[in-house]
Amino acid sequence: MTQFTGAEIFVKSLLKLKTALIFGYPGGVVLPIYDELFKNPQLRHILVRHEQGAVHMADGYARATGKVGVALVTSGPGATNTVTGIATAYMDSIPIVVFTGQVPTALIGNDAFQEADIIGITRPCVKHSYLVRDVKQLAPTIAEAFYIASTGKPGPVLVDIPRDVATNKSTFNFPEKVELRSYKPTKSGHQRQIEKLADALENSKKPVFYVGGGVISANAAGELSKLAKHTHTPVTETLMGLGSFDSSHNLHLGMLGMHGTYRANMAMTDADLVVALGARFDDRVTGKIDEFAPHAKIAQVDVDPTSISKNVKCDIPVVGDLSDVLKKLNVAVKKRKVPWKSKTKEWVQQIDEWRSSNTLAYKTKKNVIKPQFVLEEINKITKGDAIYTTEVGQNQMWAAQYLTLTKPRTFLTSGGLGTMGYGFPAAIGAQAAFPNKIVIDIAGDASIQMNIQELGTAVQQNLPVIIVILNNGFLGMVRQWQQLFYENRYAYSCMEHQPDFVKLAEAYGAFGARVTKPEEVAPAIKKAIKLKKPAIIDCVVEREENVYPMVPAGAPINKMLLA
Amino acid sequence: MRHTISVLVENKFGVLSRVSGLFSGRGFNIESLSVAPTMDTSTSRMTIITRGDDAIVEQITKQLNKLIDVIKVSDFKNEEYVDREIVLVKVNAEPNNRAEILRMTEIFRGKVVDVSPKTYTLEVTGSEGKVNAFIEMIKHLGIIEIARSGKVAISRGRRTLG
Ligand SMILES: Cc1ncc(C[n+]2csc(CCOP(=O)(O)OP(=O)(O)O)c2C)c(N)n1
Repeated sequence: MTQFTGAEIFVKSLLKLKTALIFGYPGGVVLPIYDELFKNPQLRHILVRHEQGAVHMADGYARATGKVGVALVTSGPGATNTVTGIATAYMDSIPIVVFTGQVPTALIGNDAFQEADIIGITRPCVKHSYLVRDVKQLAPTIAEAFYIASTGKPGPVLVDIPRDVATNKSTFNFPEKVELRSYKPTKSGHQRQIEKLADALENSKKPVFYVGGGVISANAAGELSKLAKHTHTPVTETLMGLGSFDSSHNLHLGMLGMHGTYRANMAMTDADLVVALGARFDDRVTGKIDEFAPHAKIAQVDVDPTSISKNVKCDIPVVGDLSDVLKKLNVAVKKRKVPWKSKTKEWVQQIDEWRSSNTLAYKTKKNVIKPQFVLEEINKITKGDAIYTTEVGQNQMWAAQYLTLTKPRTFLTSGGLGTMGYGFPAAIGAQAAFPNKIVIDIAGDASIQMNIQELGTAVQQNLPVIIVILNNGFLGMVRQWQQLFYENRYAYSCMEHQPDFVKLAEAYGAFGARVTKPEEVAPAIKKAIKLKKPAIIDCVVEREENVYPMVPAGAPINKMLLA
Repeated sequence: MRHTISVLVENKFGVLSRVSGLFSGRGFNIESLSVAPTMDTSTSRMTIITRGDDAIVEQITKQLNKLIDVIKVSDFKNEEYVDREIVLVKVNAEPNNRAEILRMTEIFRGKVVDVSPKTYTLEVTGSEGKVNAFIEMIKHLGIIEIARSGKVAISRGRRTLG
């Protein structure tokens, strides 16, 4: 049998898995692998500027496509630089595989040059990890890593490859099928539980679907839409669930929780049945947990049994893949002769009433750009046909509240970890997957500086991501909390010195524009789209605008502060 | 509540740290833990004794199940299992207390497994209660050192974990 080096096996395995793209950064111990990449240009590699960027790009690629994102870095500092990216993907259950180089097996544990115990360091934030100690194990391990990352509740998998494993030889023993006795994710939902859930829907007068990122990762948005429309049930989404239901539909409630819409939070508080679909009752969603959905029976569908009843006790648990369960649920509700529409008529009327209070209205000011206005301008330009990413803070919440989202996998944001610096590299990953789409990172002036170096990557690869900075000169969300809960003491939340973002863009070879008046916003963004070049649109916005509604941390979600 | 959790795992390196990490990550103490390969040497059995609120322990057992290398988890309930522990006790063996030591060891159906001019090392096996009682009874004779295995447990009757 032909023998191959570990590096050759690495490339052959990735090609076998139909990997189109690797985001990576070379260094000493991964040079044998990089040499193979050099010889195999059909496996595209994007050179990043910082390993954190590589992992966020792989993550953005994965969120936008549903495929496994791949990053490759060297040992020691290369590996430790990936940790925030891995934790970000872990918290949001994103399928990525991160390959780290490791010092030769004989040196492991010796504090060798550029050695880091990356398996130990990342253990609490990976779905699984492997140290490959024998080249014979390399191909089977890569196959397993992809399988584990992408099945069940998806998540990041780390594969640590010592240098000698990359140079030793073995046959190419890539398994046709991965079978693990200790890992058998539940796919199909239990029929009896599904019928129970259908009964509950039939008997409910005030039902709500509470939708999380699980619906998107299971590609179940289509089934959800059918179900909601057929049963005439309103839908609210978490930050991670945004895009799974058409935001222009009248059953759409928008986001719930801390910065949720008035109607979503009121509906949850008033509901008699809450059906959680791939959502995990995060504290940002539930507010004060004892007063969360106090009148409702709780049903929960999740592929991960550990999510069920974790924070809120669930009356009707269904474990299974959401696309399977929702398909079966659609069949189950269609079998029932229920006048669905009239059953929830009053409920939907009540929701329309809440909606009409329009708590997302904001005060406009002449000659001042309101951050919300920028997002509305973007809606008009893209008509929803774009992929958005966000940074973290006010920019993220306004994006969640104001962007028109009609399709899943078009709103990529760090929900669980809340990682500033996520949005821009994630946008590069999404743009690499969809070179012809408009990809916009909604940014804050602070967050964008956390991974701004990736402008180099975007320009080198000609990936025309548009960064729209809502520039308030503050760590805006921190300032908002300090204003509301710390009596206006703005402790270290003002960025007194900022770079000239236009010059910065230009220095990298990107397009830059600074806008200070409302009427300049749309032309600048249109120009960036037309140029098909990476761009920064630096929008100088109202400095002390707050995100409303807001539920103070720990308060019940119907007790919202309004603008 | 005290829980006896039996976990069947793949016999691979790193498994122990993944399992113990689940406990430590939640600020949970493991009272005792024993690990050894089973008949099928590709698997190991861990017996973990921990204390905690039932809901939290349920969450932990679910999380254990979720670990890729964990094959099966069982949180034993009171009557469903038998458990045993082994203790090795090194005591001062002076001419005036040697007879007493041997008598106690006999009562507890233990054995002397090592002897030196000044010490005896004793072995006793049994339920945790029996082991505790034995230690209590010979304490006054001057214990130098103790090594306890921690409990191992197995379900009663025909039921199996793996
Ligand atoms: C890496 C990281 N560090 C710190 C924080 C805490 N944090 C949350 S929002 C925020 C301010 C963000 O400021 P900016 O990017 O300007 O966005 P704005 O809120 O002004 O829109 C900070 C510091 C975080 N989420 N991530």
